[in-house]
Amino acid sequence: MEAKLRTVLPDQELLRLYEQMFVSREFEERCAEQYTKGHITGFLHLYSGQEAVAVGATAGLHRDDYILSAYREHAQAIVRGAAPRRVMAELFGKATGICKGKGGSMHLFDPTLNFMGGYAIVGGQFPISVGLAFAARYRGEDRIAACFFGDGAVNQGTFHESLNWAQLWQLPVLFICENNYYGIGTEVHRSSALASIHRRTCGYDIPSEKVDGMDVIAVYRAVKYAAEKVRETGRPYFIEATTYRFRGHSMADPAKYRSAAEHDIWKARDPLPNYAKRLIEEGITTREALEVIETRCRGTVDEAVKFAEESPWPEDSAVWEDIYV
Amino acid sequence: MSEMTYRDALNQALKEEMRRDASVFVLGEDVALYEGSFKVTRGLLAEFGEERVKDTPISENTIIGVSIGAAMGGLRPVAELMTVNFALLAMDQIVNHMAKIRYMFGGQTFLPMTIRMPGGGGSQLGAQHSQSLETYFMHCPGMYVLYPATPGDAKGLLKSAIRNNNPVIFLEHELLYNSKGEVSDDPEYLVPIGKAEVKRPGEHVTIVAYARMTVLALQVAEELAEEGVSCEVVDLRSLAPLDEETILDSVRKTGRAVVVEECWRTCGLGGEITSRIYEHCFDILKAPVIRVSGLDVPMPYSRKIEMLCIPQPATIRQAVTDVMSGAY
Repeated sequence: MEAKLRTVLPDQELLRLYEQMFVSREFEERCAEQYTKGHITGFLHLYSGQEAVAVGATAGLHRDDYILSAYREHAQAIVRGAAPRRVMAELFGKATGICKGKGGSMHLFDPTLNFMGGYAIVGGQFPISVGLAFAARYRGEDRIAACFFGDGAVNQGTFHESLNWAQLWQLPVLFICENNYYGIGTEVHRSSALASIHRRTCGYDIPSEKVDGMDVIAVYRAVKYAAEKVRETGRPYFIEATTYRFRGHSMADPAKYRSAAEHDIWKARDPLPNYAKRLIEEGITTREALEVIETRCRGTVDEAVKFAEESPWPEDSAVWEDIYV
Repeated sequence: MSEMTYRDALNQALKEEMRRDASVFVLGEDVALYEGSFKVTRGLLAEFGEERVKDTPISENTIIGVSIGAAMGGLRPVAELMTVNFALLAMDQIVNHMAKIRYMFGGQTFLPMTIRMPGGGGSQLGAQHSQSLETYFMHCPGMYVLYPATPGDAKGLLKSAIRNNNPVIFLEHELLYNSKGEVSDDPEYLVPIGKAEVKRPGEHVTIVAYARMTVLALQVAEELAEEGVSCEVVDLRSLAPLDEETILDSVRKTGRAVVVEECWRTCGLGGEITSRIYEHCFDILKAPVIRVSGLDVPMPYSRKIEMLCIPQPATIRQAVTDVMSGAY
């Protein structure tokens, strides 16, 4: 029996989750459009379909907790508080971007938000998360490190090294696997001997659980519980959120390795309309009120694109800046 | 000043910096209870305790990744990789992460971290434990590379590395750990990063060297002085940033250069330095620059043939004689 929404969060918070998911989807779809126009170049990995994970998980964390992610991280940055206009400007390669146009889509970062980076070498963020958690404990800070990664990352050496290390040193790391079932075009059961990813932590005696990553409330509750456990015990915890990306791995990928039937099954589980339906059914809001939110989100993203278009390119001198302190 | 070994000088630097700054901590394989494979971390666990002197699993890539995270989180990690050879397991975190993070994140963070790595050949440890990989690190922007030749520089450079706000690769030569020299007692004695030192002034030929090669070059210079050849020995100390000015000033004075490198010759740092000498001093050179290098082979075990692979005083001496006589 699903819990009634009002028993989980106040109305305002419930609506905020919807707004965050909607702005994330809108942002990604506009990115795709800007990519086809040639305004965004390089690699572009879109998050459409996975919004419930970033939004639910971020809501379950404290503002001081560190967040690290991989290269499909626009939504994680925006949900944590990065201005969509500065993220869009980064994707355009403009000087006003969140990393001055030096990082691009895969390398968003803002330490003032404790958003400690998008990393584009699969599995690179595992040990860095462990190190941040160690620094937090060493300095006596009340915060944990939340490390997001995909199903493809769990066969890297750093995954196993970092799980072992976090448990050995008893560090507050929350591992969040976004299992969208495909590492580019290779399905989980074709790359992992044990495809049930959350069970892989038993070798390190790290508690884990699997959650429906298409349900923002389920993700929120699981992460909130896990984050409290991590904070309380000072030890790692592991969540596997099963989800699906509605687009290919990147804009260069037409995703021909997935069947239309499979896509349709997941599309029917789209976290946005399903959550909207629930909000209305439980009397939290109305269709009309949601449309006000949606219009606001579209406006935010319109403004982000305009800001990015009108922003200046980096100066040539910037190429030599920020290498050394 | 006190006389002490290269090992003890490094140990003293670690202790002084850990006393000075509570954010400095040490991690690595066998650095705590075992006090380090080369005993550089002797006494640290007893003085600073479990949270600041950390034994780690044998997970080199993660040792560096954890150091990166800790540095980003406000600490000043000093990681020990048991030998430079094992750094190859950590090249992803070193090159793809450590050296890139500040730049690709638009200067919003910095990584005040040091990675110590014993290295070099000559102990009959075979192909996998005898490499000189300094050039691998020099090639990549975003980090500094230091390699001291003397106990005094070892201490002063390590202290500078730990205090520096950039990532530093700190190489230590395994055959120098027992070498002795004068070391400053001043806890504020720092050797600047990016500054080579003329370890012996001379007039006829410049020998550019680093680490153990500097020690050999100084021996050769001493011998040749008795035969009337005056060698100026430039000890690089800092491989990145490279102190081009000190090298070129010396070559402009002597008009001749021999560059000694322990690493492999092909694409080695000797080729880089030689090229810079040609670019800037072509007109005043009295003879072509000669490189003395490690042989381009995997290191053999047997003493007799291992010796052939590493520059020896005799090979350096021959190179200097050749440059002086024009017999190259």
